[in-house]
Amino acid sequence: MVDNALCHCDIGSPGRATNRSKVIMARLHEYHGKQLLREAGFAVPKGQVVRSQGEVPAALAISGLPAVVKAQAWTTSRAAQGAIAIADNAGDVTAAAARMLSLKIGGFDVTEVLIEEKVDINREFYAGIVVDDANKTPVVIFSSIGGSGIEELARKYPKNVSKTPVDVRFGLREYEAREAVRKTGVTGSLQNELTKALLTLYRVARQWEARSAEINPLVLRGDGKLVACDCRITVDDSAVFRHPELKIEIAREFGRPPTALDKIAWSVEKDDYRGTFYFIEMARGYKKGEGFIGFHGAGGGGSMMSMDALVKRGYTIANFTDTSGNPPASKVYRAAKIILSQPNIDGYFGSGSGVASQEQFHSARGLVKAFWEENLSIPAVIRLGGNGEDKAIQILTEYTKNLPAPVEGYKKDDTADFCAQRMQKLLEAQPDKAAPRQMALPVTPDFTAKDPYSFETPTGKVVLDHALCRECQTKSCVQTCVPQILKNQDGVVVLNISREDAKAGKCIECLACEVECRIGGNSGGRVILPIPGLEEYRAKIMGA
Amino acid sequence: MSILVDETKTVIVQGITGREGMARTQLMQRYGTRVVAGCTPAKGGQDVLGVPVFDTVMEAVEKMGSIDVSTIFVPAPLVKNAALEAIAAGIKLLVIVPDRVPIYDVLEIAAAAKDAGARFIGPNTLGLLSPGRAVFGMIGGSASSAKDWFLPGRVGVTSRSGGITSSIAYYLSRAGIGLSTIIHVGGDGIIGTDHPAVMELFESDPDTDCVVMFGEIGTSQEERVADLIASGKFTKPLVAYIGGKGAQSGTRFSHAGAIIEGDRGTHDGKVKRLREVGATVVDNFGDIPDAVKTIIRPMETAKIPIIE
Ligand code: SF4
Ligand code: SF4
Repeated sequence: MVDNALCHCDIGSPGRATNRSKVIMARLHEYHGKQLLREAGFAVPKGQVVRSQGEVPAALAISGLPAVVKAQAWTTSRAAQGAIAIADNAGDVTAAAARMLSLKIGGFDVTEVLIEEKVDINREFYAGIVVDDANKTPVVIFSSIGGSGIEELARKYPKNVSKTPVDVRFGLREYEAREAVRKTGVTGSLQNELTKALLTLYRVARQWEARSAEINPLVLRGDGKLVACDCRITVDDSAVFRHPELKIEIAREFGRPPTALDKIAWSVEKDDYRGTFYFIEMARGYKKGEGFIGFHGAGGGGSMMSMDALVKRGYTIANFTDTSGNPPASKVYRAAKIILSQPNIDGYFGSGSGVASQEQFHSARGLVKAFWEENLSIPAVIRLGGNGEDKAIQILTEYTKNLPAPVEGYKKDDTADFCAQRMQKLLEAQPDKAAPRQMALPVTPDFTAKDPYSFETPTGKVVLDHALCRECQTKSCVQTCVPQILKNQDGVVVLNISREDAKAGKCIECLACEVECRIGGNSGGRVILPIPGLEEYRAKIMGA
Repeated sequence: MSILVDETKTVIVQGITGREGMARTQLMQRYGTRVVAGCTPAKGGQDVLGVPVFDTVMEAVEKMGSIDVSTIFVPAPLVKNAALEAIAAGIKLLVIVPDRVPIYDVLEIAAAAKDAGARFIGPNTLGLLSPGRAVFGMIGGSASSAKDWFLPGRVGVTSRSGGITSSIAYYLSRAGIGLSTIIHVGGDGIIGTDHPAVMELFESDPDTDCVVMFGEIGTSQEERVADLIASGKFTKPLVAYIGGKGAQSGTRFSHAGAIIEGDRGTHDGKVKRLREVGATVVDNFGDIPDAVKTIIRPMETAKIPIIE
């Protein structure tokens, strides 16, 4: 509905700060949004963002005094959290900026503070563009009585708040913008100015593909000029690829800056369009034995349900992960490695909708490779219901028998609740829950082949040790390679396609040539799948 | 009967020469869907699984006669053009499978569809299936699974999550409750045919007695379903489950649509609204089959599948 996203007013008027459920998206910081508005010809307060105390004088030279000091944080209640201050002299500005730069908001450090001129407010308006999910159009919302609690205002004073649907193919017309303003009782030259403001705001929203763009408050200054005093622009994360100049680090909707592990995960996902991998760290600073679980879901709906099942049993979700949409085994493997880079999780829980369309043995192979490499010492419960589930569960459970911790696999007839119950049983049976877990370092175990034969895959490489292959009776990799691109040639296994084709995607990274090779009692096949940054990350936390 | 999907409708696959397009064409064909044409620009003249490939949708319509449905399997950035092309060629039902289609692209498709009197499912959808008749999209993953898992009957299923569409349909079938049509409306915030639109279709389908809905936090779809019930536009029994109870911290999970925005969109708000208007909202996902059973007598026609 149109009134969905109209909930942020947090500037300048501490008493009116709202504190609603957060809207979490690929959103821009206030100063970044203002920069886009300014470039489009909108007036914004003079100012500059600072990242250290030392930068304050330069910012003050632009803003002048008195100044408003505003921590740049994705929260709806900055004023209530001491993240907005008004100061009359340079000393107070510096002190406020220094204080804010040491603030933690929502558990994350404030790293940027905006210093800008204090605007002399004559009258406040609200202008916003949101996307209406019911009518599937952009909607312009305008209020002639400010925007604090816009939903409430729209209900109470319908005459002062207008909502105008826009035909996305033609954009907002001048007459439509004017009518939006006129309906709220604004006349004369102010009507002209506000009409122009709405047209500019729509242009900015459309250009940058904002799911929502709000100016709140839109201030009529003492001198009669309209100024955007605060703004929130949220870019559609599916459109981020069309706007590299925004330098959005991760096109994902986070409620906080990404963590180092979030970034590592994103680097895996970024250029790999085969299926979806989604990772967010949801807890930090916990200890082993406190009931934090590494979560690996498949599909949004099933994942949420599966997390609910764990939470009901008193566990906390350490991370949210989703690998779905038919991802290759390599992607599931990397997801598992990243989940297992959280040293203090007590268990590994994998569960999605339970009846997946994708062939689940790919996921099983990815998990098995990761669990082997990590020599898994925390219990894992994995539900891999759906296509190929029998094979998937066999791979998962048979091949992990010799690991220090139990790995249980379940199918579509087992509920998420039942799996959560199994997780609980296994965790309770752990002799020493607080015992630290060793993470594999190097992340990918070394593989030195005596007689290596290797080729590149889309995101890594396959190495076959022909010295071992020669001794191998089964040649199981040849039969199990899903796309059937390997052949036995004079006692060793080689590609039956060109190297270029393998790299271009004919090798689907199903991991059979490693996992099935090992299961067959051999060890000549290895798939090496680097995860940029993970080595350093692990070294750092293990050193700490 | 069923809604939107049956074995008489002719289907074109846009992106038929790609990995997904090819695999899903096979699934649809084996399940009983009438796939009559494929389209991949500049690859006209080929044939994929016995289906002729054309350069454009227009050309396909020219050569094959009018086509009822397009299933779209092209990369997300190319979806807008493919969908507008299908609409311009006179196709009235589009199933847009890819995810991560930019919102403004979806809005443009929506505007064009509205003008042309066309409808689209998705984006980010597994599609829709009528057991024993046809599937548009990729529900079930393979024809043999789809045949095993979903039995025909008189209960409709609509879901914002793909995997959950399959699991509800499977658990109902296993409990002896057959299905008229199951539909994954799509996981995104802006979709062509949302829960309320599906409810209106089920309302006018004489062969659907009851509907199961999987809702989620975010968007106003479930609230608008409640509005439909309140205004007497949807009168059949509704069993609903709303996911995302534990997700209220404000973190967005995988679905672009699963974000709480303002007052509408919260888990508790949705449950309350639906209960107020008389829908059965279950707290445990596993309770759905029993809740449906208490409402309708299990259909004798639906046989209990053999589960290995
Ligand atoms: S199964 Fe392993 S050892 Fe045997 S041929 Fe294949 S890669 Fe070499
Ligand atoms: S070579 Fe074959 S078995 Fe090995 S990863 Fe590639 S596709 Fe899988």
